[in-house]
Order: sequence, then structure tokens, then C-alpha cells
Amino acid sequence: MRKLILSALTATALFASSGAALASGGGEPLMKPGFSWEGFFGRYDQTQLKRGFEVFNQVCSNCHGLRLVAYRNLADVGLTADQIKEVAAAREIADAPNDEGIVSMRSGRASDKYISPFPNDKAAASANGGAIPPDLSLMAKARVGGPNYIYSLMLGFKEEAPHGVTVPEGKYYNSYFPGNAIGMPPQLMEDLITYSDGTKASPEQLARDISAFLNWAAEPELNERKSLGLKVMIFLAVFTTLLYALKRQIWKNLH
Amino acid sequence: MSGFQTNNKVISWLDERLPIFSMMQHSAIEYPTPRNLNYWWNFGSLAAFVLVVMLLTGIFLVMNYSSHTSLAFDSVERIMRDVNYGWLIRYLHMNGASMFFILVYIHMFRNLYYGSYKAPREVLWWIGIVIYLAMMATGFLGYVLPWGQMSFWGATVITNLFSAFPVVGESIVTLLWGGFSVDNPTLNRFFSLHYLLPFVIVGLVVVHVWALHTVRSNNPLGVEMKGEADSIPFHPYYTIKDLFGIGVFLMFFMAFVFWAPNFFGEPDNYIPANPMVTPPHIVPEWYYLPFYAILRSFTIDLWIIPAKLQGVVAMFAAILILFFLPWLDTSKVRSAKFRPLYRQFFWLFLVDCLVLGYVGGKPAEEPLVTIGQVCTAYYFAHFLIIMPLLGKIEKPKALPASIAAAVLKEKA
Repeated sequence: MRKLILSALTATALFASSGAALASGGGEPLMKPGFSWEGFFGRYDQTQLKRGFEVFNQVCSNCHGLRLVAYRNLADVGLTADQIKEVAAAREIADAPNDEGIVSMRSGRASDKYISPFPNDKAAASANGGAIPPDLSLMAKARVGGPNYIYSLMLGFKEEAPHGVTVPEGKYYNSYFPGNAIGMPPQLMEDLITYSDGTKASPEQLARDISAFLNWAAEPELNERKSLGLKVMIFLAVFTTLLYALKRQIWKNLH
Repeated sequence: MSGFQTNNKVISWLDERLPIFSMMQHSAIEYPTPRNLNYWWNFGSLAAFVLVVMLLTGIFLVMNYSSHTSLAFDSVERIMRDVNYGWLIRYLHMNGASMFFILVYIHMFRNLYYGSYKAPREVLWWIGIVIYLAMMATGFLGYVLPWGQMSFWGATVITNLFSAFPVVGESIVTLLWGGFSVDNPTLNRFFSLHYLLPFVIVGLVVVHVWALHTVRSNNPLGVEMKGEADSIPFHPYYTIKDLFGIGVFLMFFMAFVFWAPNFFGEPDNYIPANPMVTPPHIVPEWYYLPFYAILRSFTIDLWIIPAKLQGVVAMFAAILILFFLPWLDTSKVRSAKFRPLYRQFFWLFLVDCLVLGYVGGKPAEEPLVTIGQVCTAYYFAHFLIIMPLLGKIEKPKALPASIAAAVLKEKA
């Protein structure tokens, strides 16, 4: 039994260290503001998701896509059906060919995926000095540190690059971006947008909310996952205890 | 052995024509098992359980997956977002692969500790290694299917290894790719093989169990069962013990599925594959890392043998050497319990493998390169020098007369 525990500890240490091994990125250690969905019982805070959506919709979405999220999914962040229709209708997309075979544009519908700001990568690159603003659907899963990375990146711009570092023309210095020269200009400033719930839009607040929204965009199933997980664990704990009792009972006669 | 008896006429009619009931009675109920197996003997049945989980979740994933380079990534995301409980099925499958390897590694190290590979269990051990090889291939093929950045670049790096072989290397790579780069034909054949190989593994598991039931289980004492007193019937003793093990294991498994589903994954694989952008640090899945470290530890070209070929040969040799272990280990005693020297070298070897795994996951920088080279040398030395020598110089402790004698003495 002692060996079993020892081996379990060794294995855990291995996994922990390999996890650290994978967490090799560029720049400073990430800031960790602490999010509502962290931990065993953590869940999304819907009011925060809605604020994050407002930041995304009014600011980020001018350059970044969210192509894996459908407008209808925004019900999860607390938008009403009418609000969803309104958000969807703000952009146009090519319709199916009509009976004469003519393709015209129509406004977006709730069932559409979020319509990207640029029709293709070439258009995106040409409008942004050669850099393509990445789609943000999975950003919170596709970077080491996830939401902490997004939060840190949003607040990581420095007006002056450190001594001896030159930032190329049209790029900006960011402490957390791999290589430190990022194509995106600093975005967050005091009162960048007006939140519908009246929250004061400080840069930290904006960064926290957009990180939360993008984490939801990447893991919309999180609330359901954790709540199902809890039920599964309770069941397994009871079931396994019963199996153990039965095992003891059956083996009792043997020795 | 009492044999199968029933009063039910239908069952006995069937059993006379196809003795499935007799076989179950013989192989799953009466099957004599050493009475002293500890919990390390749970890992075989656990691995079989995970194999079934992988097959079932995989079959349902395929119903919603598209194996075309332009659709694969988005079809996986559709499973995650729009298919009912698709996220659960995929996370079970993804983490199930890691669980499978954790269980099988424990199963293998248990073998090494208790000397289960020795006569008469060599063939049982061989089949196990073949299963392990098939698992490695299946895991690699499956990791390519979501067609993320690490899928693509992992596939590129690993398939390119075969180009190290002289003369035929390039042709092998072209054959694997189905073209001149990792592309749609590659994804399609990998998908096909990823669906095929698990069923091959099922077949191998049947043969593995067949061999097991012929030679019977080894046990922590490493002495054979001699009489009635040494054994207990598989049912109910080990059916309940295995079920309890499954319960404990499921809690471990589900903790990852529900709370840290991407723990074993790479963030880069949530970026769609892009042949024009190479990730800064390409790493294979964690379960290959020790072998990846061995591969990378050869850095100097020798005469006409380039470093890459040395690495590839060493990597394959690191697994193939296991086939010879029953003869490289010259000790007559199986269990490390009675082998004071081997016991220490066993733990040293385990640490060596863990360090190799750590080195394999890190960028190739000093001092890790040197550490990796030392550990690689030790890996082979363990099999080629230490194991043959230990059997000659070690003085094993006295073995118990029988399993029953040892068990009863412990109770007293």
C-alpha cells in the first residue's frame, strides 16, 4: 500500500512537471486575476458574460471573427431573442442563389454563425497592415494559460519598449505576446464602452469581461459539464463504496 | 473442476452444440487464480475496460466526424458545440486515450517488478508488447484526426522519421502520406487505420487472455500455484475486486473529463492545421515522450550513419528490446520481493523512464540534451548489462514453499 501511494505521487509529479513543460510560451509569467468558473464548483457569471459580449460586439468584432459561435448561442450570455436578431442583422452574408441563380446579400439570422468582419484572409491582412486578426472562437483554449493569457495580453501593452528592444513599424510592444511585437494596437482605455448594466468600464474590468466571454465562446459547455460532473462523482463515490463493502464481505471468508 | 451443469433444457441444448456456457464457467467463473494478487493486478482488466470505452465513444464520434482536411477541424468543433453530449463523448475519448496509456504503463511496470515475463509467460508478454505497439500507432493516428496544428505537425515530424532509413526511406514516407506532403490523402488513410486498429487490438487482447488462461496469472510472490490451497476461483473474488477497481479508476478518469478535459492536450491543437505556419515547439502526446527523448538524444553523425537514423533505430530498439527481456533477465527468481538488488534497479529504471519523459517534453537545450543522453544510455544498459549481470551476482532471498504457506504465515 505504501508503494502504491508512493507510485501515485511519482505519477502525479510527472504529470505536473510535464504540464509545466508544455507551458513554454513567450514573455512574462501571466497575470491571474481569478475567474468565477475556476475551481471545483466554479460557474460562469452570466452578467459578466453579457458585459464581455458587449465589449466583443462593440470593439473586438470589428477586426476579429467568432466563426464557431452561432448568434442563437448568445441566449447563453443573457441576450433575448429580439436582441439576438438585432445583433445578427447588423452584418450581411451571401444568400443562397435565388430561382434565377442570382446571389444577393441578406442580413444575418439567429441561426447563422457569427459573421466574420472580413470576407477572407487576404482582405483581413490587407486591412490590418499584413497581420490577420485571428478568429477568437477558440482563443481561450488555443493558448497556454487560456483566459489568463487573454487578460494579460489585453493589459500587457507598453508605450515604450524596454531599452534595447526595437519594435518594427506598425507593431506594438506587448509583454505577453510571443516575440513581444504584436500587430494589434492597444485597445483598452478607461470607459471604452458603456456597459448596459452600469458597471464602470476600467481597463481591468474590460479585460476581465472579454476574457470571460471568450472563455465561454471556447467552452460553452462548461456549466453543464461541471454540474454533470458533480452528479457523476457523487454517484461513483457511493457506488464504489458499496463495491468496496461487497468486496470486503466476499473476501472475508477467505482468510 | 466441476464443469457446467444446468436444469434449463434450452441452455443445455445450446451448450451441447456451442459450449459458450461451459466456456464462461471454465474461463470466467472457475478459472483458478492465485489467492494473493494485490491491487497492481487490477490494471489488466482496467485496460480492457478502457478499450471498450474507447471503442464505444469512437464509434459515436465517427457518426459526426468528417475526414476531409477542409471539414475535419470544424466537424470536431460541431461535435463539441452542437451534438447532444458531443463534448462528453469527445472528452471521454480524448482523455480515455491518456488513461489507456497510464493503465498500460502501470500494467507493464508491474510486470517488470514481479518478473511476470519469465517462463512460461514469454508469449503472453510478447502479445502484450504487440498490443502496446498497436496502441501507440492507434494513438498517433487518432491525434491527427482533429486536424489542428499539433495534429498536422506531429504527423509531419513522426512520418518523416521513416525517411531516415537508407534507400527505401523516402518511398515509405510517400506511401504513408499518399502524396508528397501531409495532406488530405494522409488524413483519410489515418482515419481508416484509426478505425481498423482498435479492432486488431481487441483480437490481440483475446489472444493475450487466451495465453494468460493457459499459463495462469503470476502473483506477487512469483512462485507458481501448486495446489488447491494456492488458488481461488475468479468469480466472485476477482470479479468483485476488478469491479471495485473500475469504480476507483472511473473517479480518477472522470475528474479529468469533467474538470480538466484538456490537461493532457496541447493548446496548439485548437488552432486549425496550417502548413504555412510551424508551431515553435512541436511535441508528441505525453505517452511517447520517453521515446521522443531517446530519438533526439543522438546528435552526432557517425561515419555513414546520420544522427537521425541512429535516433530512429534506437527509438524502435527501445521497444523491441522488451521482446528479449525474458532471456536478458538471467535470474531464476521472478518477484522483485525476493531480489534485493533488482528491486533497487527497478526503481532506478522507473525514474530513468520518467526523466526521459520529462526531457522529451522540453525543448532540446542544455543541460537537458546531456541528461537525455545519459538516461538513454542507462535505458539500454538496464536491459543489456544490468539485467544479465544481476541474475549472476544477486543472492535472492529464500522463496516460500507455496503461496498458501506464505499467505497463512503473514496472517499468523
